[in-house]
Amino acid sequence: MELIFFIEVLAGGLLAGVMYALVALGFVLIYKASGVFNFAQGAMVFFAALTFVSLVERGWNFWLALLVTLVVMVALGIATERVVLRPMVNQPQITLFMATIGLTFVLEGLSQLLWGSQPHGLELGIPDVPMEWLSQKWNVNISQFDIFAAVVAGLLVAVLAVFFQKTRIGRALRAVADDHQAALAVGIPLQHIWAIVWAVAGFVALVAGLMWGVRNGVQFALTFVALKALPVLLIGGFESIPGAILGGLIIGATEKLAEVYFGPMVGGGIESWFAYVVALLFLLVRPEGLFGEKHIDRV
Amino acid sequence: MLYREAGQFKSSYAQDQQIFPILQDRIAVGLLLVFAFFVVPVIGDQYWLGALITPFLIFALAALGLNILTGYAGQLSLGTAAFMAVGAFMAYNFVLRMPWLGIIPSFILAGLCAAAVGIVFGLPSLRIKGFYLAVATLACQFFVLWALQRFGWFTNYSSSGVVTAQQITVFGFAFDTPVRKYLFTLGVVAIMALAAKNLMRSETGRAFMAVRDMDVAASVIGIPMMKTKLLAFAISSFYCGVAGALHAFSYLGTVEPEAYSLDLSFRILFMVIIGGVGSILGSFLGAAFIVLFPIFLNLASGWINVLTGVEVSHAVVSNLEAIIFGALIIFFLIVEPAGLARLWQIAKEKLRLWPFPH
Repeated sequence: MELIFFIEVLAGGLLAGVMYALVALGFVLIYKASGVFNFAQGAMVFFAALTFVSLVERGWNFWLALLVTLVVMVALGIATERVVLRPMVNQPQITLFMATIGLTFVLEGLSQLLWGSQPHGLELGIPDVPMEWLSQKWNVNISQFDIFAAVVAGLLVAVLAVFFQKTRIGRALRAVADDHQAALAVGIPLQHIWAIVWAVAGFVALVAGLMWGVRNGVQFALTFVALKALPVLLIGGFESIPGAILGGLIIGATEKLAEVYFGPMVGGGIESWFAYVVALLFLLVRPEGLFGEKHIDRV
Repeated sequence: MLYREAGQFKSSYAQDQQIFPILQDRIAVGLLLVFAFFVVPVIGDQYWLGALITPFLIFALAALGLNILTGYAGQLSLGTAAFMAVGAFMAYNFVLRMPWLGIIPSFILAGLCAAAVGIVFGLPSLRIKGFYLAVATLACQFFVLWALQRFGWFTNYSSSGVVTAQQITVFGFAFDTPVRKYLFTLGVVAIMALAAKNLMRSETGRAFMAVRDMDVAASVIGIPMMKTKLLAFAISSFYCGVAGALHAFSYLGTVEPEAYSLDLSFRILFMVIIGGVGSILGSFLGAAFIVLFPIFLNLASGWINVLTGVEVSHAVVSNLEAIIFGALIIFFLIVEPAGLARLWQIAKEKLRLWPFPH
């Protein structure tokens, strides 16, 4: 019985971790390609989910709404590159980071200005209930929707991996990530690449927004999801897509286990900071995260 | 014509080392202080002093604290509000549990507590850098607020988690009206700003800047990395802690964890960016901008209402505020990444030459 409970908690944690990883992916994509730590990712997730759900509630067809939201997110990514990042080429990373905090405010304000601030429910047709055969056979309760989210995340990572490894654009992206100047020198248009990366990040934000929207409803609190994704990045490393997934799993599992087994000892409510402490301990051993690039400092 | 150092000769090292080497600067700062101490309390009304100028000073102090850490020592922190919260709560507890201490020692002790928390959460900075560190400081933000809410001792087991701050009394004199609170705040801020200005010109300040510019090079020339980084965290948190205590005691009048959310950390970070990273003056300019801006926006929505007859709802205004606020930050970063303080420097250069073009 104990063991089954443990497995249940662990599985729930791992699957929640997949959800974190979905958000973390967006961060990684942009950081990899442009060295920008995009704090606005959470706001993008919120914006995407809110746009989609508002369109659906206005009676739009599901797929049409999805398509339109995707177009909006891509346009947003391109606009961000054009308006915010391009004038700031060659600024220190910290300045770009601040700019994305500014962008966060703009997006949060804009989405609520456009669609109102009341929370929405979201349905994708997959109920968030425990899977029957699992609970009957082994008495383990694992939500159907969690499995679905995990599959989506897996698909997304696979698609991104193929995109990065096999396509021409993907190779250009990796070249830019490795060295801006060298990439420019061999004729890769830096600005196009950045626009593409932001568009892809918008797409990832949409997927994450949909998943989180079903889980928690589409509301302002969705922007805080990004804060949950940050420890994932610390563990996985800022530049690594597999790192984001693995980091998500580690964070999700330890967080849930700690909440159940350690939380009652200190009075509960530890999920707001526990992930960060785990990440910090992790960093003491590996300062670049699991798969982050090791930086060699030269004087 | 008026603003130039021509003819002002330095004949001793003491003169050469003055904080404000130019006579006009000294006069201007002196006049400003006289104005702030004697004229503002007379001409300012309750609202202006209590709701605008006092918070401006407090936020400027917090921004100054963050600026020491981020602007001078180069360690990005997103946990400013947590340090302020530590200061506020510890000040409350010192005054509550050791009333014989007096307000000012309590504030200093509260600042030292914040400094201790700062050192603990600054420890990762020895191992990690840049954004990894920034995210790590978020741990401080969440952990401290959680602890303050979870353990009743901090709020003296108040059921709502919100407690009323005690009155500020120094040697039997009660700072109870907005004017008096303003004067108390101003005194503290003026002294601490002066201290910061001096500190940043000292060996410690130079060590901070060396670490900021390149920490490997700094350690090669013999700057102790651990001591310098932890000292930066300690001093910065001390400033933030005192600012937090002032925030609770002379501005809000209550001590509550909700006042020190991540949002406040960001606001103070913005003050530093907009004002100027690595500038004492910038902390004040940035704080003034961030405090005044929402008020200006509210006024503007009122004017729009009067001019066009269109009623702008409160929700729309607050959303618009967020949008304009964010856009302005981006705009500032594009146009003047060095902040308002840089504009002042440019103006000074121009003034030196004026009225001649070269």
